[in-house]
Amino acid sequence: MQVNEYKPLIVAFCCNWCSYAGADLAGNNRLSYPDNVKIIRVPCSCRVNPMFVLRAFQRGADGVILCGCHPGDCHYTSGNYYTRRRMALLFSMLDYLGIERERTRVEWCSAAEGAKFAQTMNEFTEAVAALGENKRLEDLRCKE
Amino acid sequence: MDNKNSNLQAEIVRMSGVNPRKCMRCGKCSATCPAYDEMEYHPHQFVYMVENGELEPLMKSKSIYKCLTCFACVDRCPRGVEPAKLVEAVRLAVIRQQGKNHLKPEDIPPIVDEDLPQQAIVTAFRKYAK
Amino acid sequence: MQRIGVFVCWCGTNIAGTVDVKRVAEALKNEPGVVYSDNYQYMCSQAGQDMIKNAIHEYKLTGVVVCSCSPRMHETTFRKTAAAAGLNPYMVEIANIREQCSWVHKDMEAGTEKAIILGRAAIAKLNLNTPLTAGETPVTKRALVIGGGIAGIQTALDIADAGFKVDIVEKKPTIGGKMAQLDKTFPTLDCAACILTPKMVDVGQHENIRIFSYSEVTDVKGFVGNFDVTIKRKARFVKEDVCTGCGLCMEKCPMKKVPNEFNLGLDNRTAIYIPFAQAVPKVATIDPNYCIMKKTGKCGLCSTVCTVGAIDYNQQDEIIEEKYGAIVVATGFNPISMDKFDEYAYSQSKDVVTSLEFERLMNAAGPTQGTLLRPSDGKHPHTLVFVQCVGSRCEACAEKGKEYCSKICCMYTAKHAMLVRDKYPDTEVYVFYIDVRTPGKNFDEFYRRAVEEYGVHYIKGMVGKVAPEGDKLMVQASDLLDNKQLHIAADMVILAAAIEPDESARSLATMLTASMDTNDFFTEAHPKLRPVESPTAGIYLSGACQGPKDIPDTVAQAGAAASKVIGLLVKDKLTGNPCVAESNELMCNGCSACEKVCPYGAITYVDKEFRMPDRTTRVRRVAQVNPAVCQGCGACTVACPSGAMDLKGFATSQIMAEVDAICK
Repeated sequence: MQVNEYKPLIVAFCCNWCSYAGADLAGNNRLSYPDNVKIIRVPCSCRVNPMFVLRAFQRGADGVILCGCHPGDCHYTSGNYYTRRRMALLFSMLDYLGIERERTRVEWCSAAEGAKFAQTMNEFTEAVAALGENKRLEDLRCKE
Repeated sequence: MDNKNSNLQAEIVRMSGVNPRKCMRCGKCSATCPAYDEMEYHPHQFVYMVENGELEPLMKSKSIYKCLTCFACVDRCPRGVEPAKLVEAVRLAVIRQQGKNHLKPEDIPPIVDEDLPQQAIVTAFRKYAK
Repeated sequence: MQRIGVFVCWCGTNIAGTVDVKRVAEALKNEPGVVYSDNYQYMCSQAGQDMIKNAIHEYKLTGVVVCSCSPRMHETTFRKTAAAAGLNPYMVEIANIREQCSWVHKDMEAGTEKAIILGRAAIAKLNLNTPLTAGETPVTKRALVIGGGIAGIQTALDIADAGFKVDIVEKKPTIGGKMAQLDKTFPTLDCAACILTPKMVDVGQHENIRIFSYSEVTDVKGFVGNFDVTIKRKARFVKEDVCTGCGLCMEKCPMKKVPNEFNLGLDNRTAIYIPFAQAVPKVATIDPNYCIMKKTGKCGLCSTVCTVGAIDYNQQDEIIEEKYGAIVVATGFNPISMDKFDEYAYSQSKDVVTSLEFERLMNAAGPTQGTLLRPSDGKHPHTLVFVQCVGSRCEACAEKGKEYCSKICCMYTAKHAMLVRDKYPDTEVYVFYIDVRTPGKNFDEFYRRAVEEYGVHYIKGMVGKVAPEGDKLMVQASDLLDNKQLHIAADMVILAAAIEPDESARSLATMLTASMDTNDFFTEAHPKLRPVESPTAGIYLSGACQGPKDIPDTVAQAGAAASKVIGLLVKDKLTGNPCVAESNELMCNGCSACEKVCPYGAITYVDKEFRMPDRTTRVRRVAQVNPAVCQGCGACTVACPSGAMDLKGFATSQIMAEVDAICK
């Protein structure tokens, strides 16, 4: 997983109803994924403001992944549709700014898909690690 | 299914623009078909056999020339499978394999079936009726 | 500044096995706001909880971070612990260092490092927490049932029997719905009227139930526990409380050529009418489109013969406004129109009928008094062809049919075929099917009986064409198993038409802000676990308005919906989820972006006066969130361009703080 002992920092936003429970299930089944993935719980993937993603990159995250319920399964009926549209726009803008597409992802993961969660995190970390450290949006003032 | 056959199957599906997997086997196409009794293989069989890659018997069969292309099956199919387009695609595949159309104009009159309307006429009716 | 206590749990070796808990507790001691940090083997045990309570008292903590298992596991436990020690329960944050740390990582060093970071994020969030109190709203102890079919009747009876007031709104002059039109019911062949009409009488006489027949819901405002509903009672030109239902007016009415909708136009009724003998309420209604008095002003016969003086030609529509705690939708279904199915010659021949029409033709109270006669010439039919899936499972032609399976057709067709063969053994009955779907108790046995005992010819295939020829109907069909095309000279063709939601459902859904699927069926809150509730709080679903259903399923769902309503109405107050959206009125610019994304209709706009810096007042349009309706998804917070909308418990600043803590 580690390329030149470099560990990318991954921020994962997980919706409370599906993906966070999926992450818990991965834990219950002891399915390991890299420890550089840090999960933030949100009520619904549509709670993730594009600002949060930008902030993560600004503060030095190397990859950001959003996990929500599968389309049609949203606990709040339509939240993940908003996520899908918002993030499609945001990611294309980030791509334009020089943050590679591979550093951003939206993934649907249900409460029953512990294995998928772990696998997704493994793949994503690997993809981000292959790109190396993210410098583009990092605010140097944050570095001490 | 051998490779050559599966290529041909893909080609027929591509030419026709039909997705035979949408068929739910209701048989309404064959129920509607006015040329049913003339055909050895019936519209629903075309869909089923193309899906299963059984192309040889279809291509050898006279059924591909007996289809009137009246498109009643296309109109009535509840799933939008469009069997007549598959029949036409199988016919086209046969013609393409022959390289060119070997039928000479003077050979046509003896093989025309008096009881069946000719495809071209029926097709014209269908096209210009809209 | 908060005074935070950090409690790191070992969870035996579950956490302590891969995370150095002591080091975590030590490291988190220096975080901003933390005044106390400790670790213990089992934080969720009584001793662990006591440790938290004591620390809250001793160190005057204003917030608690527990580094333990998933918040989905023990968040409630620790919130209760904090509340018991006098702390606001929402001043507790959980750092998930078991499921998302110790259990998925094997390296002690990395695990400890991650646990510290997760703890740090929780502390950063807690520093910005504010005490939250769940709002309380009173509950109006009255339910509204929209639709008076078997679904609505059963729901209303169950709620009323539990001691709550129920109003039924029915758009037709009588309750009873589709079931009242049926002849026999599968799979037991009970007569529909025999089992339905006693229930209708119960509804009519129940002290807790009011029936608003010939009425419509025109407006719904409010939210769970507090709906304000406007009901329009259409003028029936007969005083409902005076009319005795004697029927004398119907005998004398000179206008006898009105198509009888109860018999689906197979016979005629008078302009003043009671739909059927067992109608509830048994009150006459004047059809203003046909009444000679209403159209020309000259007649008044019914008024003359009425011995109680119930006729009132000048009656006006009446508007009623009533408060309800819960609303049950039971709007039911209709068979789809057969106009677009030219191939079955429905519009060309009277002898091609839909199954519902066939029910009336077989019904003892129907136009033929239960004798099966051809509608065209009144002769006894010998060959009957039943066609299944007419318009059902029809994906290709959305303007003609429906993509879904209508569920009930296989069974009622088997019933019809069986009844015909039973009553008239001289008939030949053919059923053309694609699949016979009989998943239900005693359903498949019933269908097999039709084939084996009654000798109904089931043919796998479809009818392609029906052509009237003389007094026969020429049916051209395929027999897929025999690979043959069949030509049958039939006397009658019966079409098992697909069913669709009632046309009133769409506008009703808009009024209720209840969601619908693409077929206009109401969507349930969860397809498996909450099948009788709409995602909109306080709205419940009963019967075929949610999807095609037979009578047993409908009654079961009606009872389930009633129990959900009762569960709501027994509460005096509703406690909401305090993690709801909140609009900062000073920042809101009234753009409506949040209102559009809200799936619950929780956001409304009000004009409010604001004092400006120059001491003038200005009226501005600002968003207001109804905390009783908001479910706290946060869609609005992101849609808001001015940043006025925020979500309590998951505030923008809190999530930002978490991001910062993680990315440090």
